[in-house]
Amino acid sequence: MTALPTQRLESWRYTDLRALGAMSFAEAPAAFPPPELPDIAAPRLVFVNGLFDAASSAALPFARAFLPVAEADELPLARINAEQARDGMTLEIPAGVDAGVVLLVCHASGGALHLRHRVTLGAGAALTLLEVVKGEGVYWHNPVTDIALGQGARLAHYRLQDESREAFHLATIRADVAADAAYESFTAVLGAKLSRAEFHVELSGPKAHTHLNAAQLLGDSQHGDFTSVVRHRAPDCGSRQTVKSVLSDAARGVFQGRIEVERVAQKTDGYQMSQALLLSPAAEMDIKPELRIFADDVKCSHGATIGALDEEQVFYLRSRGIPEEMARAMLVRAFLTEALEPVTHEEAHALFEAAIAAWWSGK
Amino acid sequence: MLEIKNLSARIGDKDILRGVTLSVPDGEIHAIMGPNGAGKSTLSYVLSGREGYEVTGGEVIYNGQDILALTPEARAAAGMFLAFQYPVELPGVGNANFLRTALNAVRRARGEAELDAVAFLKLARAALKNLSMQDDMLKRNVNVGFSGGEKKRNEVLQMALLQPGLAILDETDSGLDIDALKIVAEGVNALRSPAFSALVITHYQRLLDYIVPDKVHVLAAGRIVRSGGPELALELEAHGYAGLEVA
Ligand SMILES: Nc1ncnc2c1ncn2[C@@H]1O[C@H](COP(=O)(O)OP(=O)(O)OP(=O)(O)O)[C@@H](O)[C@H]1O
Ligand SMILES: [Mg+2]
Repeated sequence: MTALPTQRLESWRYTDLRALGAMSFAEAPAAFPPPELPDIAAPRLVFVNGLFDAASSAALPFARAFLPVAEADELPLARINAEQARDGMTLEIPAGVDAGVVLLVCHASGGALHLRHRVTLGAGAALTLLEVVKGEGVYWHNPVTDIALGQGARLAHYRLQDESREAFHLATIRADVAADAAYESFTAVLGAKLSRAEFHVELSGPKAHTHLNAAQLLGDSQHGDFTSVVRHRAPDCGSRQTVKSVLSDAARGVFQGRIEVERVAQKTDGYQMSQALLLSPAAEMDIKPELRIFADDVKCSHGATIGALDEEQVFYLRSRGIPEEMARAMLVRAFLTEALEPVTHEEAHALFEAAIAAWWSGK
Repeated sequence: MLEIKNLSARIGDKDILRGVTLSVPDGEIHAIMGPNGAGKSTLSYVLSGREGYEVTGGEVIYNGQDILALTPEARAAAGMFLAFQYPVELPGVGNANFLRTALNAVRRARGEAELDAVAFLKLARAALKNLSMQDDMLKRNVNVGFSGGEKKRNEVLQMALLQPGLAILDETDSGLDIDALKIVAEGVNALRSPAFSALVITHYQRLLDYIVPDKVHVLAAGRIVRSGGPELALELEAHGYAGLEVA
């Protein structure tokens, strides 16, 4: 097996996988009490401990059988995934088809799970993919999702990472976005003892667009890493990233965001914002923005802030009769607003609202 | 009835209030005037329970209850309301959501039924209309991008909805044009009743033409140095504060 990345690698400087490396995972239990599914009226594909659960899943006309993986990339986790992957979702949406909403549910209760998902949208196709990952106990979830969007296609990809607090979650998402296509993504990071969501988005045709947003809500000694690389490889492309981290107790957040603009990618419009709200003195945030620009006519901005809740705002709300806890919850929710922007689907939005509220009350 | 007895307060090691004594009977409106830095805003913050102020002496009784030990939200539930000199911006918090959350929190604490979205909207629209405010104010984020006058009107809107028993208006008139001043004054006058009292902090006699106070007090260097009828405001307008500190 390919070795886990170490902190000597620049891209892994802030996330230490030694605790994961020291573990050995037994074969995942096959039987597992049926997981609680989100109440959303959409066809669903369910994976339990790394394997497709046909009985709980809908028969989707666009779903294909799993095929073995050939991995060309250097990314250590993608290589490990390729070596181990036995299953995963494969969706192929034909050109011009609006496939509506698909719910991807992954549940785990043990083992090392290397799912390989593939999503291909033909020219002008559209899909909203709502991905919910949940589990209990100790396991390692190492999914890789490969996305290819044809010209003018649109994928809304909403991810709710709500893994077991004892689990490791390391997700790699790679998207290739053709001309006029859009990859709109939002990730909510709530679970796992240690997690990383690593995005590689290639804007490979003119006027391709991506939104790469996230909200990390972490407590205890949770570690959440959001890493992105957006490559502008054609003119007139846009990328917007808003990553908000709310950290309580001794939680630690990481944001590494790189925007690369190739020489041909004139008129690039790139925006990246990382903001962290530290709710406790022991919480910590590491932010590393990076711009590599080789074109001369581009607009790229990035910013980062780290702060606490504004006590004047808290007082203003309390002076209107709003109890302190509720006032703080309102301000935390307000802080997240911009990150939730790409979530235009109503039921998905409600699901995230509920998850945020539950996080706050259980914090 | 609000009774402030010999109230002293400090910020850090700086004494700001040095024995303020004042009582506002039910149904009365009292004005507080006084030079910049006298402690007027400090008094309003101490009355509404803002953190960071150490009360070093005295007491504040509102409707028979010592309120200094209460949280800000408990004071609001008890009927106290502060219109801020500098209303706070809340990016990401919609004004309608804010107003409804506040109103329902206060209603809950007072043992009244909460309002659903429809009932709230009806109430809010009527209150907006009374204050000549546009409906789209409800859709915007609280005070974000509001003009100075719009912020002050938004304070009065909150007051109109929360129906306090005691309102403290801290320079609600500053930054208002003449028409807005009249509208705001009408908003206050509309609340006048035997169960409503107010402390109106202002630098200008002009506001007191529209909200006629029962009494005028001068706060200087952390103390009430003079009290009188509405004519005191005229006198101050003519002669300033010179010589008052020692009164
Ligand atoms: N947080 C603070 N730290 C230190 N000093 C403060 C603080 N807040 C207020 N002060 C001081 O307390 C004094 C009273 O301030 P306050 O705002 O109460 O005055 P005011 O009477 O409302 O004045 P104005 O008419 O200008 O609004 C001032 O000297 C001010 O500088
Ligand atoms: Mg003041």
